[in-house]
Amino acid sequence: MTGKAPHLSLDLSKNEPAIELVGIDKKFGAVHANKNINLTVAKGSIHGIIGENGAGKSTLMSILYGFYQADQGEIRISGKPVTIRDSQAAIAAGIGMVHQHFMLVENFTVLENVMLGAEGGQLLRQGVSSARKELKRLEDDYGLDVDPDAVIEELPVGRQQRVEILKALYRGAEILILDEPTGVLTPAEADHLFKVLKVLRDQGKTIILITHKLREIMAITDTVSVMRRGEIVATRKTTETTVEELAELMVGRRVLLRVEKGDANPGKVLLSVKNLTVKDSRGVTMVDDVSFDVRAGEIVGIAGVAGNGQSELLEAIAGIRKPASGEILLDGKPTAGADPAELRELGLAHIPEDRHHMGLVLKFEEYENSILGYHRESRFGGAMLNLDEIRKQAEDQIEKYDIRPPNPRLKTANFSGGNQQKIVVAREIERNPDVLIIGQPTRGVDIGAIEFIHKRIIEMRDAGKAVLLVSVELDEIRSLSDRILVMFAGKVVGEQSGEANEQALGLMMAGIAA
Amino acid sequence: MSTASVPLPAWINYGLIPLLNLFLAFFFSGLVVWAIGESPFEALKLLLAGALGRGEGIGFTLFYATSFIFTGLSVAVAIHAGLFNIGSEGQAYLGGLGAALVALSLDRYVPWYVTMPFAIIGSALFGAACAAIPAWLQAKRGSHIVITTIMFNFIVSSLMNYILVRVLIVPGKMAPESRTFLEGGQLPKLDWLIGMFGGRLGAAPLNFSFLVALVMCFLVWLLIWRTKLGYEMRTLGHSPTAASYAGMRYARIVMITMLISGGLAGMMALNPVMGASARLQIEFVGGAGFVGIAVSLMGRNHPAGIILAALLFGVLYQGGAELSFDMPTITRDMIVVIQGLVILFAGALEYMLRPAIVRVYQQISGK
Repeated sequence: MTGKAPHLSLDLSKNEPAIELVGIDKKFGAVHANKNINLTVAKGSIHGIIGENGAGKSTLMSILYGFYQADQGEIRISGKPVTIRDSQAAIAAGIGMVHQHFMLVENFTVLENVMLGAEGGQLLRQGVSSARKELKRLEDDYGLDVDPDAVIEELPVGRQQRVEILKALYRGAEILILDEPTGVLTPAEADHLFKVLKVLRDQGKTIILITHKLREIMAITDTVSVMRRGEIVATRKTTETTVEELAELMVGRRVLLRVEKGDANPGKVLLSVKNLTVKDSRGVTMVDDVSFDVRAGEIVGIAGVAGNGQSELLEAIAGIRKPASGEILLDGKPTAGADPAELRELGLAHIPEDRHHMGLVLKFEEYENSILGYHRESRFGGAMLNLDEIRKQAEDQIEKYDIRPPNPRLKTANFSGGNQQKIVVAREIERNPDVLIIGQPTRGVDIGAIEFIHKRIIEMRDAGKAVLLVSVELDEIRSLSDRILVMFAGKVVGEQSGEANEQALGLMMAGIAA
Repeated sequence: MSTASVPLPAWINYGLIPLLNLFLAFFFSGLVVWAIGESPFEALKLLLAGALGRGEGIGFTLFYATSFIFTGLSVAVAIHAGLFNIGSEGQAYLGGLGAALVALSLDRYVPWYVTMPFAIIGSALFGAACAAIPAWLQAKRGSHIVITTIMFNFIVSSLMNYILVRVLIVPGKMAPESRTFLEGGQLPKLDWLIGMFGGRLGAAPLNFSFLVALVMCFLVWLLIWRTKLGYEMRTLGHSPTAASYAGMRYARIVMITMLISGGLAGMMALNPVMGASARLQIEFVGGAGFVGIAVSLMGRNHPAGIILAALLFGVLYQGGAELSFDMPTITRDMIVVIQGLVILFAGALEYMLRPAIVRVYQQISGK
């Protein structure tokens, strides 16, 4: 990181544009995903693109990376018009993409992954040694230290992401697109990523950051564009805007960024976990001797970086995964051996982390999902499905939870992320359970729906229910929880009150005892 | 990857694309016919005339289609629960034993309409029994159902060989087959059905089991889309994790689904065994179980689609037989090639044309 030029160019309009999008338009059938998009990103700047789910961010970036072709419009790179037919052409034009879900071969080394697709000839050997030299140079230039011979699956997530960035740089990327890059990172890892991005910018690379996190936009970008319903509704210099303004631009109305809630009135213990140990299918211990209680009328949040046993903990409580040892008590009664259906009858509701694979069957029509897990109830029929009753209660839920479009016959996959999540939330909350366990309630959900879902969760608490909340969004945990437990490597490593400070939580999440 | 998620109207998905696929299949079949020096148009004319031209041809076409409907339904039911049942062939074969045992024991005492319900149950039970062990191995031991059902085709084949050669054979005869059922063990021909349209059934073996097949189509539709069991099966088929989240019992659904699937395959035996030849013969299934896979795929695993696909294959079987009779250069093997091309284009390459059609559709509808 030597010889780094300080980043002084506050007036970026003087810089020549790295990318210009002129009049980009894209339709999918009746859906107008991108409407006449005009966007100019200056060379050597970090440009944020923010917008709700379904606003068209991903479509726009996919056009830039050659996954889709625009119906109309022009892409110019460094002033020259280019046609990007596929990702090969995008790479040739100097565009690199870091995907939200890494595109790495897990059992290959860093070097092998970086070379993949750019081996340079039929014989590997010469390619390997020159690639190694080039990789070393890139790592030195940009302060991206990663052991080239480390195997990907043994690296922490933050390092894996660096490999993705190195991969793009190795292919000569001048423009880097990062899609929701911090979703899988600890706060410390995210900070490190931001430092790296700043170094890249200062060395003249252009960075486009797609995110739904307003805080990141404020922390790192030079300029920001807000997308809503396929259009760019505003482009601002980051220094000249505020979080409130951006949120309003995204949603199209004023939104409450803070959750309003009163004090908790904890009652008796409704959910009790005692010395719980859970192993995954390979026999690796994922939850290690965990004990805690959740009382009526309180929200207990579990913070932690994804993959530290939270998922397995939730699945064990929900009856999906059999614990290796320990006990789970619902209202004082042990639940051992009960399957998820029986636990629902006992008053446990579960909003799962992964609505696509667990909480919903995406190919089902909406009304079919509105009974998933409760379909055996007699009001939905005996052996036959009582379709009238099922559709009627689905319509009730749609109205009450403002699920859009309000059509119970629509395929679930065709709802937006926020509305899909509302389908799950409506189903689980409407049964009026005593204990509600929730995983990632707002992952991939737009701001308007987040506000709505958070309100429902608080209402459940105020109605005297016990709520257990798992989320990797630290802000969410902090704003909703009355107590916070931090999980690291399968253990609960600390407990904090709801007003816990972020640094302390961050350290615990990284496994450094506070 | 860009066009897979674009929704197309139903008339394109279920009408235009299958028709285009079929057209391609016939086009390439035509090339093959042309390459051996015959006129493709003449061949097509002979094929269609043979299959649909006269009452007798239609009777044969519907007879073949009956078998394919049963095996198609068998495959479809399993697919809805995410199970690929390759064993319909063997299940139908063993189902024939069930039907034959019922017919052999009752035919001299009662008329056919008393025998038939027992024969339906018997064939279904034997077919289900044949599917039960692979189902149990899948549900409890995780052995892959594709492998185990294939293996069971061989096991059943050997078992039936033994039974026909050693047990059911008529003493003093050479042919490995059971005795001929008396009238109480035979399903009546459907002369009246063809007669309604002014044709004559002639020697065609179209029989009452065709109507049983149509009833089964309705019952399968009811099962899959209107019952809680069907709901659980479809949930498991689309998303095993969602099924376990919902508290559905994997082993139970797998077992029940495969028993139903095997039962439907078993019922196929009613058609050739009690409807056509009135005796249990060696290798009477003749590949109908495997054709069922193609029929189910082409029919999008929906009973209505399965009826249409089964009719198509019925046409190919019957018309193909006539064609090879009238055009000696086109042998039975050539007919198999044509059937293979249909399966290739309509089944395996089902989505080959989709991206192009999506593009055209977007251009037309976008403006």
